[in-house]
Amino acid sequence: MNATIALYLAQDGIINGAIYALLGVTLVLVFAVTRVIFVPQGEFVAWGALTLAALDAGSVPGTAWLLVVMGIAATVLDTLRQSKTITLHAIGGMVVKDIALPVLLLLAVQAIAPGKPALWISVLLTLALIIPMGPLVYRLAFQPLADATVLTLFIAAIGVHFALIGLGLVFFGAEGFRTTPFIAETFRVGVLAIKGQSLAVLGVTAMLLAGLYLFFERTMLGKALRATAVNRLGARLVGIPVRSTGRIAFALAAAIGALSGMLIGSLTTIYYDSGFLIGLKGFVAAIAAGLASYPLTVMAALGVGLLEAFSAFFASAFKEVIVFSIIIPLLIWRSLKAPHSDEEEE
Amino acid sequence: MNLPMLDIDRLSVSYGKVEAVREVSLRMQPGTIVTVIGANGAGKTTLLNAIMGVLPAPGAARFEGRDVSGDEVEARVGAGLCLVPEKRELFTTMSVEDNLRLGAYRLGSGAISEGLETVFARFPRLKERRAQLAGTLSGGERQMLAMGRALMGKPRLLMLDEPSLGLAPRIVKDIFHIIMELRASGVSILLVEQNARAALQVADYAYVMEIGSITMEGRAEDLAADPRVIESYLGLGGHT
Ligand SMILES: Nc1ncnc2c1ncn2[C@@H]1O[C@H](COP(=O)(O)OP(=O)(O)O)[C@@H](O)[C@H]1O
Ligand SMILES: [Mg+2]
Repeated sequence: MNATIALYLAQDGIINGAIYALLGVTLVLVFAVTRVIFVPQGEFVAWGALTLAALDAGSVPGTAWLLVVMGIAATVLDTLRQSKTITLHAIGGMVVKDIALPVLLLLAVQAIAPGKPALWISVLLTLALIIPMGPLVYRLAFQPLADATVLTLFIAAIGVHFALIGLGLVFFGAEGFRTTPFIAETFRVGVLAIKGQSLAVLGVTAMLLAGLYLFFERTMLGKALRATAVNRLGARLVGIPVRSTGRIAFALAAAIGALSGMLIGSLTTIYYDSGFLIGLKGFVAAIAAGLASYPLTVMAALGVGLLEAFSAFFASAFKEVIVFSIIIPLLIWRSLKAPHSDEEEE
Repeated sequence: MNLPMLDIDRLSVSYGKVEAVREVSLRMQPGTIVTVIGANGAGKTTLLNAIMGVLPAPGAARFEGRDVSGDEVEARVGAGLCLVPEKRELFTTMSVEDNLRLGAYRLGSGAISEGLETVFARFPRLKERRAQLAGTLSGGERQMLAMGRALMGKPRLLMLDEPSLGLAPRIVKDIFHIIMELRASGVSILLVEQNARAALQVADYAYVMEIGSITMEGRAEDLAADPRVIESYLGLGGHT
């Protein structure tokens, strides 16, 4: 290996690592606020890329229909679950917010898509379609289990993962897609060719991480989310509606997932089930950081990205094996460091 | 008599099969301090948690005439009920000031600066420590922060669960002094204490709780003079 190749691999590793960092940070965030280890995070990545690819191609993405389906399911289930206490007013609210709005969005997409909208319009449409799915998934699967143990929530998360993979296959088909890059140019720095999209990935990642930092440090809503994470009972006692903080955490997860997908959609071909492996690497980073520290998660994610890039060069067939194997020594090290961190009681 | 501030009617709470609170009825007038005294394990904490809505409990709870028994914790906080729990439940990895700000979460940013001023005036110690993490505070400071955080929400009824627990005598005196000041400022207080002597001194009305039930009630000074109370709870020096 020479320096050029090493630089090339490092570039690859850092780009992938940035995406893993975003996903890892989201996992830490969702876990802190809701205690859900959000395995299906990767599905939002795949759906983000596939939705953008569909809009690129001038067709109506499956997510536009899926959002309507999820909205109907959530409305029906919430109504049944609270059939004794729910008011007509509340049902009306859900019908407007969870069914009427998605239908309007579907109609809008059907009108706009055939004209092959500009990239930024497609990006906004994709976000508008995917972000509401986060809170919907939370309502459908996790909110009814809010008081369950971490293990129960984890099992539910795995169930949701398989359900979403299945839905992905139904709504997008088995074919893979690529999106057009945000920045198509390639820049030369010495011997190194830097893809414009790589810069887009780094730029967007840095902005998102900075934005998250400001959100959690400077805004009341961000602090309320942190408070919910630190002490759920304390948060309830000061009147923070912990259910809506859960929904906000899931909305952030969906937003960051979709953005990640749109960023990497031009660097690699995305299939309906591609999100899982990508999300899992974010997961490795989050676990390495003990599902607790944001800066550590970012560093671990860059490590995972670099490890993956270099093992792809030296032993490409074992690339995934190597990346996922490091979780074992990491877990052993973690469990030795913190022997009593099983299940916190509430 | 005017409308009671709080009217609890035959409230029961069970942990699985164990009934920790059995058909407790309790009533308090606005602007008063009412105390519930009782030994460790009598069910006092359970009772307060049930009134706050943290634990599900059959039985009626009316707050300022409004039935709150079906309400979630958030709604009860919104109505003006506030609990300072036995374990304080602070946001330990956040600053003292952030803890206080979050206390006014439901009131919005307008209420924050005014609330901070009032709380810092009452607890100057918190002002000195405003940038420190809540987890680094001493026991007395934590209790002050818990009370300050509760006051940020401008409660109409403040429920205090063992505010003197584990504190040095001098700080206990401060805390009880502040409790009386709060009553003077119009906040009604439901005070749960093992420190029966101090509680009966500040309270207007008192209940005695034993293994899940109310066994005695009366004006605080009457109970303080009752031989049975003296024997069981005030004893030789009682609990301090
Ligand atoms: N989470 C719980 N699970 C089961 N039993 C509990 C729980 N909390 C309290 N208890 C029991 O309920 C009874 C009342 O407890 P508590 O309300 O804490 O009393 P107090 O505050 O008066 O000391 C005790 O017998 C205690 O053991
Ligand atoms: Mg207690």
